[in-house]
Amino acid sequence: MSQVLVVTSGKGGVGKTTSTAALGAALALSGNRVAVVDFDVGLRNLDLVMGAERRVVYDLINVVQGEAKLQQALIRDKRLETLYLLPASQTRDKDALTAEGVARVMAELRDTFDWVVCDSPAGIERGAMLAMRHADVAVVVTNPEVSSVRDSDRIIGMLDAKTEKAERGEYMEKHLLLTRYDAARAERGQMLKVEDVLEILSIPLLGIIPESEAVLNASNLGCPVTLNAAESAPAKAYIDAARRLEGDVIPMVVPMERRGLMSKLFGRRAA
Amino acid sequence: MTTATKQRPTIRFRGRSFLATVLAPQMPIAEWLAELERLASRSAGYFAHRPVILDVSGLPITQRDFKDLLQALFERDIKVMGVEGADPSWLGFGMPPSVSGGKQTEIIHRPSAEPPTAGKPTFGDRAIPSLLVETPVRSGQSIIFPQGDVTVLGSVASGAEIIAGNCVHIYGTLRGRAIAGSTGNASARIFCQKFEAELIAIDGLYQTADEIDAKFRGKAIQAWLARDQMNMAVLA
Repeated sequence: MSQVLVVTSGKGGVGKTTSTAALGAALALSGNRVAVVDFDVGLRNLDLVMGAERRVVYDLINVVQGEAKLQQALIRDKRLETLYLLPASQTRDKDALTAEGVARVMAELRDTFDWVVCDSPAGIERGAMLAMRHADVAVVVTNPEVSSVRDSDRIIGMLDAKTEKAERGEYMEKHLLLTRYDAARAERGQMLKVEDVLEILSIPLLGIIPESEAVLNASNLGCPVTLNAAESAPAKAYIDAARRLEGDVIPMVVPMERRGLMSKLFGRRAA
Repeated sequence: MTTATKQRPTIRFRGRSFLATVLAPQMPIAEWLAELERLASRSAGYFAHRPVILDVSGLPITQRDFKDLLQALFERDIKVMGVEGADPSWLGFGMPPSVSGGKQTEIIHRPSAEPPTAGKPTFGDRAIPSLLVETPVRSGQSIIFPQGDVTVLGSVASGAEIIAGNCVHIYGTLRGRAIAGSTGNASARIFCQKFEAELIAIDGLYQTADEIDAKFRGKAIQAWLARDQMNMAVLA
């Protein structure tokens, strides 16, 4: 059964694109057929992070508007056979995405892939709404800072109201991915602690990605961190997160924290 | 029992909001005016001391029609204190100011000429319905229930608001706004399990986080009005 996953956040710059690439690659590593779709029309970035920027011929807009076939626009990853990218257009604007066109493309993607991972633009505007509309699962990416957490809360409200699944009266599955986490700074009170973020947002935790140079290096090389530096702490956290999405139960690793806190965290995995 | 603002009574003047009647004319204006006159004749003086906002948004009228309408209302002793949805260029010197952003409430119009029913309903003996919210209330969401109580099982996020005609009960953390007694009920109260609110209000009298004693932060509290002052106490 295919799953459509939207990677979303209220604020920009919290690591949606990086997380989309890392999760997509991690899901493909375990044998799934995966398509990562860039919905951030006008500001495409996912192709850069995936290292495919020079291979883009057709993009999401072309397919949505019927100017190209889906097969023509999908770019197969050079490293993983089962990983594909549907890039966004840099030249068009967000209004070029039509609701009917997106619905048709998503249905087509569902037929071919096990996982369709959509990289949403930031915010609560049309592009973000279209990206989340057809999702079965949402990953809400948040930094441990107050503004990011509040905007994520807003997005969670939208996921519960504006998606097809919610409109059918079904439960929209949502997970929290905490990125750029620095345990030492959280301990000093310079950023929110994991438990505070969980208390405010009250959705289950999918993973904590530690602040690390490995993420930036991977981005610059155009390779998802889960492929480029699979042994690094952030890559391991992303791989664990992807396995949790597939339904595996894996103990949560809080970067550089004591054991006592971890057991506390498990008690806190809210509904 | 502790009172939060006894020493600062002047706060009242900043923290008051009012209910106003909104008149929204319909086309054709002449027929609407006639209907209004019939209504006014049944309860003499209904509009006498009533603040009235004129809502002309969406009406296909010209500046001239608008002036005529204002004049017609003036002749009927209706004091228009603000206009919503009018072209800004229409409102010049001597005209009522433009207002916007009003909140919807339910005002039941009871003409006083009608015989009062036995045992006029009051807040005390009317069956008060309540709204139960089982999910957390997220930033940007607004729950408005002018009929009665609102009970929230989860938390109310910063940037969210609960507006109830009667009491507000929150079993999680209140980080946003809680507004009780919104339709003019001074005996409404606000209860919450953990108080981190941005603003609380009862019957139009509000206080922002800065004005509230820090000792209530993070506690289970209740808030109520006594002699037009906001009172707060930690729940035992």
